[in-house]
Amino acid sequence: MKQGVLLEAGGKIATLVIAGVLGALVALPLAGLVLRVSPDGLLQQLHSSEVQQALWLSLTTSLVATVICLVIGLPMAALLASRNFRGKRALEVLMDLPMVIPPTVAGFALLMAFGRAGVLGSTLSAFGITLPFTTAGVILAQVFMSVPFLVGAARAGFAAVEPRYLEAAATLRAGEVYTHLRVRLPLAMPSIVAGLGMCWARALGEFGATITFAGNMAGSTRTVPLDVYLLLHENLDAAATLSLLLVVMAAVLLTAMRQAGLGFFAPPRAPGSAPASAR
Amino acid sequence: MQTHNRRMPRRWLIAALLTLVNLPAAAQTSLTVFAAASLTEAYGEIGKAFEQRHPGTTVKFNFAGSQVLATQIEQGAKADVFASADTRWMKYAEEKSLISGTAAIFARNQLVVVVPKTNPGQINRLQDLARPGIKLVLAGRQVPAGAYAREALNRLKGAPGFPKAYDQLVLTNLVSEEENVRAVAAKVQLREADAGIVYQTDVTSNLRPQVTLIQIPDPYNPIAEYPVATVKGGQDELGAAFVALVLAPEGQAILRARAFLPPAATP
Repeated sequence: MKQGVLLEAGGKIATLVIAGVLGALVALPLAGLVLRVSPDGLLQQLHSSEVQQALWLSLTTSLVATVICLVIGLPMAALLASRNFRGKRALEVLMDLPMVIPPTVAGFALLMAFGRAGVLGSTLSAFGITLPFTTAGVILAQVFMSVPFLVGAARAGFAAVEPRYLEAAATLRAGEVYTHLRVRLPLAMPSIVAGLGMCWARALGEFGATITFAGNMAGSTRTVPLDVYLLLHENLDAAATLSLLLVVMAAVLLTAMRQAGLGFFAPPRAPGSAPASAR
Repeated sequence: MQTHNRRMPRRWLIAALLTLVNLPAAAQTSLTVFAAASLTEAYGEIGKAFEQRHPGTTVKFNFAGSQVLATQIEQGAKADVFASADTRWMKYAEEKSLISGTAAIFARNQLVVVVPKTNPGQINRLQDLARPGIKLVLAGRQVPAGAYAREALNRLKGAPGFPKAYDQLVLTNLVSEEENVRAVAAKVQLREADAGIVYQTDVTSNLRPQVTLIQIPDPYNPIAEYPVATVKGGQDELGAAFVALVLAPEGQAILRARAFLPPAATP
């Protein structure tokens, strides 16, 4: 009995202490960034044309990449959520891979496929398309690295739709495609939006694949993360300012998603249950 | 069954803790050398020679752009020796009092233009670098090799047979500024770039068969000076021994074999 009480108390204390250590581990570096940046410096950096250029490039490329992820990711998510076929396991692993391979490796692999000397290089150049050292290359790198987040989230969303809704649609003689578009897609929408958010955040922060595949040139391929890396050896204040800006953007995005009840790692809600805002 | 379940994790925990405790005991003396990316092969060999002379000592290397290394040391990275590809970043380190003792020049290096063997940009002489539309890759301005390359272009402008705006024309063709000189060589080796400017010594036996070289004539070719020094707060004695080996005939022979030029005779 006594032993049980001790275990309970000890367990609680250990949990709190370890959780506190983790909290500090994540919070301290971010606090360090905030302390490094002065409000004056922030404004000054925002007026620098190089910083503006990088911010604009990051914003446009990451948004375009997110839209592309949505368009090419949804069919794959629907396929994986609704059908069983040979090789599905392999396809699922393939779709998750970019999430876990080192970005530099991804960039190198992209070069081997879409670079000038890559597998598709001569085909692409026959159509006048070059990807390395171009903004299109930046977008391709971002799509490659971030599409798993969209596919994963949307697949989970589709899979969580209760079969009875689909059966009901079927009894009303709705076609498969119609059911998908009018029943399944709306019900999975919260997951898809959450996936989009993660996808965008990942694209915005993409560094390794970009610098390896697309190079590093102001105006065309130097996104904010690349600029931060460069500024680390030139102007630490500017590097800190840009870093803080990226952190704030990510924090705002995550908070907005939480507020909307769209946490990426939140368990999928059963359709018809109360939305988070009503809790 | 339940007691069994509860005990298992505890046993793992103890094993994990024991491993952690054991780790530092397993390490032997080690010397950490921060060296410019262009020194990768030569210093690797000097490191092996050092280990042979100091049994029980392992030499660990951190190869990167000199500007990266200088900033890392400034931010408190643990290093015993710092070898830079130019005097600028060594001066930087000296000014921030990161260096103990004085830096010694141990080698010099020169630049060369590298073009893929397949020559996709049809570049056969230095003037071709100014032709619109070619893809040139250089190291960034902060990287010593990048600064030297820009210096060479600057010296070539208006030289006999070169246009007045040669440097600007060439820099218009710049498609990427790499973070170290080896990344420039890689982009040429991968045939993504039509041309790059690297050190003579970057044309390693691995790269040589895949590229064509275009020499930059002497008066226009800046000479890179490589200083080495021990780092403040590091292992002074062991660090100094490494620096001594770099400057000794044995170290110099290794550098010479890798196409580094000897340090200028002291005046």
